[in-house]
Amino acid sequence: MSTLTLASKRRPSALAAKQRKQALRTLAFMSPWLIGFAVFFAYPLISTVYFSFMHYDGFKAPTWSGTKNWTYVFEHYPYFWPALRNTLWLVVVMVTLRVVFGLGVGLLITKIKTGTGVFRTLFYLPYLAPPVAATMAFAFLLNPGTGPVNSILEKVGIPAPGWFNDPTWSKPALTLLALWGIGDLMVIFMAALLDVPQEQYEAAELDGASAWQRFRYVTLPNISPIVMFAVVTGVIQTMQYYTQPLIAGKVASGVIQGAGTQFEPGYPEKSTLTLPQLVYNLGFQRFDYGSACVVALVLFVLSMVFTAFLMRRRGGLNLAGD
Amino acid sequence: MPEKSRKVAPEVTRKTVVALAASASLALLATACTGQSSSGASDDASKDTTINFWHAWSAPNEVAAVKSLIAGFEKAHPNIHVNVVGNMTDDKINQALRTGGDKAPDVISSFTTNNVGKFCSSGALVDLNPFFKKDGIDPQTTFPKAMNEYTQFNGDRCTVPLLGDAYGLYYNKTEFKKAGITSPPKTWSEFEADAKKLTIPQGDTYKQLGFMPDYHGWETTTEHYFAQFSPTYFDKAGKSNLAKDPAFAAGFQLQKKLVDELGGFKKLETYRSTLGDEWGKKHPFHTGQVAMQLDGEWRLGMATEANPKLDIGVAPLPVPDDQASQYGKGYITGTIAGIAATSKKQNAAWEFVKYITTDTDAVVNFSNGIHNVPSTLAALKSPKLKYDPRFKTFLDIAANPNSTTSPASINGGSYLVTIQNLGYDYESGKVTNLKAGLESAAKQIDTDIAQAK
Repeated sequence: MSTLTLASKRRPSALAAKQRKQALRTLAFMSPWLIGFAVFFAYPLISTVYFSFMHYDGFKAPTWSGTKNWTYVFEHYPYFWPALRNTLWLVVVMVTLRVVFGLGVGLLITKIKTGTGVFRTLFYLPYLAPPVAATMAFAFLLNPGTGPVNSILEKVGIPAPGWFNDPTWSKPALTLLALWGIGDLMVIFMAALLDVPQEQYEAAELDGASAWQRFRYVTLPNISPIVMFAVVTGVIQTMQYYTQPLIAGKVASGVIQGAGTQFEPGYPEKSTLTLPQLVYNLGFQRFDYGSACVVALVLFVLSMVFTAFLMRRRGGLNLAGD
Repeated sequence: MPEKSRKVAPEVTRKTVVALAASASLALLATACTGQSSSGASDDASKDTTINFWHAWSAPNEVAAVKSLIAGFEKAHPNIHVNVVGNMTDDKINQALRTGGDKAPDVISSFTTNNVGKFCSSGALVDLNPFFKKDGIDPQTTFPKAMNEYTQFNGDRCTVPLLGDAYGLYYNKTEFKKAGITSPPKTWSEFEADAKKLTIPQGDTYKQLGFMPDYHGWETTTEHYFAQFSPTYFDKAGKSNLAKDPAFAAGFQLQKKLVDELGGFKKLETYRSTLGDEWGKKHPFHTGQVAMQLDGEWRLGMATEANPKLDIGVAPLPVPDDQASQYGKGYITGTIAGIAATSKKQNAAWEFVKYITTDTDAVVNFSNGIHNVPSTLAALKSPKLKYDPRFKTFLDIAANPNSTTSPASINGGSYLVTIQNLGYDYESGKVTNLKAGLESAAKQIDTDIAQAK
């Protein structure tokens, strides 16, 4: 009995020690990620929040400025609201079209019987083009005066848009550029489409399902996680959209951005201005790191909201009808 | 089928949502911010030492010119060795100025004169006034007036001019003869008349345009136009003078008149989009698509190389009719040099800066190599300068005491961007009430500067 008592007294402490050891081991295995998270995520995030309330020019020690940076960005910085509107436009229109187009191309290529390899390569190649080169090529193709696209449009009697030189057409032109480089989504969708069990299609056909019904009730439910992935990564990429609108604006305006030249926001008429461009302008050209941090935080919050909304709407994207 | 779908879709918890979204946004937040040590140094410049010099030049002829400049210095100062790092961008220079260290620059050179206000006010570059005083050099009598202005901010001379750029008028002499124009225009009235004479319409476009007045016409920026009106950008309290100094309204109205008379904004912009870029061989002045061009001194070499048959004339830009006596002035800017506050070899660095910016032969030789305008009054007159006779126009513009520049500001060139944006809106007709536009832009400039302080 006494032995039993002793054993029962010892067991919890031995168990606790074992659990502690287990916990430490787990912690050790997790430490690379934990360190990475702390250094590359937690610290920058906390710093960004901290600097958004500081006056900091990158040279002198930061000083407390309260909500001054926030007020400046939201009320006095003339580029913030146009940049926000442009970013949201691109998130809604460009991401949607990219997903739809990527899925469409993926579907077509999985259906064709011959020349699949050629078409896959042809559609994927543009994705490999460096963004700067691709944007410059598009600025040439869509040049309202000398570009081949407008020459063809004029020959067939269609009014030729100003593309990157027209504030109404600059974002659609950027969207065309994004659709041209659809290769990444095409490959992902193709992999997903080829993974849909054939027996489900056969069963649907036996049930008399039409092509649309097969797509709606077989294909989409099977690939909905991939659609979700494409939308979420698309939103995040678009939130960080910097190179293409900057280059397009520069090329179309004729002003090359370089040492000694001014930052010219979003030619034409701020229509290609995006929030990441503001972070660069405020931080590295105006030396106003506090306000740059405010814009960075706005981007962070927007990314969070969009992603959380999409994840919560997973059921909505999961088009199975359940 | 629905059952299958539920299995395929992963379970997503609130924490996962937050973690995913937060991780995805990481890249947006990595704005590096570090502090700066405020170390001063009292080194002995007569001892053997090595200093770091960062500059932005990158073309082979430029790199060779820098190399030659350094060789000249090391010959004159055998105890000071210079470690040169070229092709440095402003971002890299700024970062190095913040962090300091053994590999950071002791001396920097930048093309961005707009950053002088920040370099001075932040103390990133040291005030050179005590150094000038110590060596008995008077910057007022050493450098051209405009260059003196853009290298200091609020009395703090934290930079020195290291060669400069002067802006003038290029014209196609052949087309001038065809149009019966015997001499380059000296006033804006003459300019307007000449620009119209030289313009040959062709349907909805042009066979030849007399002058591309749009603010996007490469170097036809607001500050380059306005220099001919000698504006005062800020009052003594540091507030924007945009709505108060009539020079600005006159400059805007002159440009708008040119736009309207030469075909209108839309037609000009459509034509502009068909033209070659500023730095390529198909620049419209090279190809003859534009007969007159506002540009810097570098265009002469570029145009001659791109089209050797082009008969190029060079003259100062016109002035307002009521300022005819000041004909010969122009806009001046240029490269700057300064000593890093983090440098522990500031005396040695000063010997280097003094040599490259004030030694007449050094400045002349460097100018001959880089093909920019020399930045000292003595060098501008030096017989050792080698140049195309037409280049003399730019030397005269640089030396002209009426030539102006855009002053340094605490937030870089933000005020110039605000003025330029008003220009875009005014030339396109988006803003019709210029007075209200000027007042609004002035208010924006003051707000931006207050934010930077």
